[in-house]
Amino acid sequence: MTKFGKTPERTGRDLFAEAGSTAIDDAGIDREDVDALYLGNFMGELSENQGHMGPLMAKALGLDVPATRVESACASGGMAVRQGVRDVRNGEADLVVVGGVERMHNMGTTGATGGLSVAADDLWEIRQGITFPGAYALMAQRYFEVHGGDREDLAHVAVKNHENAANNPLAQYQSEISIEKVLEAPPVALPMGLFDSSPITDGAAAAVLVSEEYAAEHDLDAGVAITGTGQGTDNLALAERDSLVYTPATEHAADEAYEDAGIESADVDFAEVHDCFTIAEVLALEGLGFYEEGEGITAAREGETAADGELPVNLSGGLKAKGHPVGATGVAQITEMTKLFRGDHVNSDAVEDASVGLTHNAGGTVASAVVHVLEVAE
Amino acid sequence: MSDDEIQNDGYDQALAAIGDGEPYAIECSNGHTSMPPRRRCPECGDDDLSEVDIPTDGELLTYNVTHVPTPDFNEDVPFVLGIAEFGDVRLTGRVQADADEVDIGMPVELGLGESETTERPLITFDLA
Repeated sequence: MTKFGKTPERTGRDLFAEAGSTAIDDAGIDREDVDALYLGNFMGELSENQGHMGPLMAKALGLDVPATRVESACASGGMAVRQGVRDVRNGEADLVVVGGVERMHNMGTTGATGGLSVAADDLWEIRQGITFPGAYALMAQRYFEVHGGDREDLAHVAVKNHENAANNPLAQYQSEISIEKVLEAPPVALPMGLFDSSPITDGAAAAVLVSEEYAAEHDLDAGVAITGTGQGTDNLALAERDSLVYTPATEHAADEAYEDAGIESADVDFAEVHDCFTIAEVLALEGLGFYEEGEGITAAREGETAADGELPVNLSGGLKAKGHPVGATGVAQITEMTKLFRGDHVNSDAVEDASVGLTHNAGGTVASAVVHVLEVAE
Repeated sequence: MSDDEIQNDGYDQALAAIGDGEPYAIECSNGHTSMPPRRRCPECGDDDLSEVDIPTDGELLTYNVTHVPTPDFNEDVPFVLGIAEFGDVRLTGRVQADADEVDIGMPVELGLGESETTERPLITFDLA
């Protein structure tokens, strides 16, 4: 991945060319052997007047391969990974580059807020003034009412993820923050304040997926395997969901991925989850089956999801502190987790003995969810 | 709304009905409700759909206080946005009150207002 941050002048194609080159160099493959590219991007049309990003990004990387853009709002990157995994599994490809890119700062705060809002239902949400911080604020407020908890519980999620990002050279925010700073931050959509929210981020990520046969034949060091994949769907409009405080799309994606990998949630050693807002991490922990409904709110406060906790969550810093260039996020989760496993991530020590990891990438208020299980390859 | 704006069939009529105090939703033969336009029930896929009246009296399920808006609501902030339940149907709308007057569980009355920024119509919840 590129360093995530604020580079409004950099084009999407330049960001992706950097991330893709890094991935291909890291994998040590011959670019001539690449069979396909899947590229996650959410709002190129709105941010830089650019659609049709499949071939644009393939050529930016010097690849002449079938290239397809995948759009599932903030889950675009994870969905791109899933397409690549399926191509390799069904034998259509041996080598697939999966990536994602988003340029956001050039839109300004209100512009980016408007751009992101199109992941909601235009008629019954956007026209009523919904924003994404606002939608997650609706979920948080309802969660407090139904299950208890408060803004301070959520602040612990932000503090933890900033702590994890503090030494990550690719993270947007490499600084620790205090509970007080989170609680006193300017309001975005209360109960979500500025430090409950992932930032606006420019960035790209890419990974090379390779078949076992190709890796063996070319003596590649492919030490991490994607052993499970799953995807879930729900109504776009939050109001049209059965529950305002539970995300069944996450549960469905996780169940499918667990079954695919032949594991259970209890087998997962650490996870990168979609913490676009602090409450989102709580909902993810519950949807993924790590916590019962209503019990995930205290996980960060109790230290259970900290780097030295039972289940480290978002060791990369998460979307919250690493940054959230929306189309790239699901791919960055894969590249960060791969480094965590390999031992060349700044936080690798926290998962030295780990063998199973999980990534969770969500779109909108989790109308889309995609889950991958990663394991140390045999 | 300007006269030359493209209309959205199904939505516009349902919104007008809210403005007239006669709101309706779509119901399938299995009793699932949703908001138009629909050709099939999002829950079960049934295509035997009909309009069903919904009450104008509802209950506020949750709310937020929006400070950073989309461009279409630049001049509206801060505002209270909520989700309220009217019979079997939940809607997202503007709560017509200051944040300190609002609590979850409050009775609200469904109505129609407009964005201060664009003058486009929007769903409103008045404290009952």
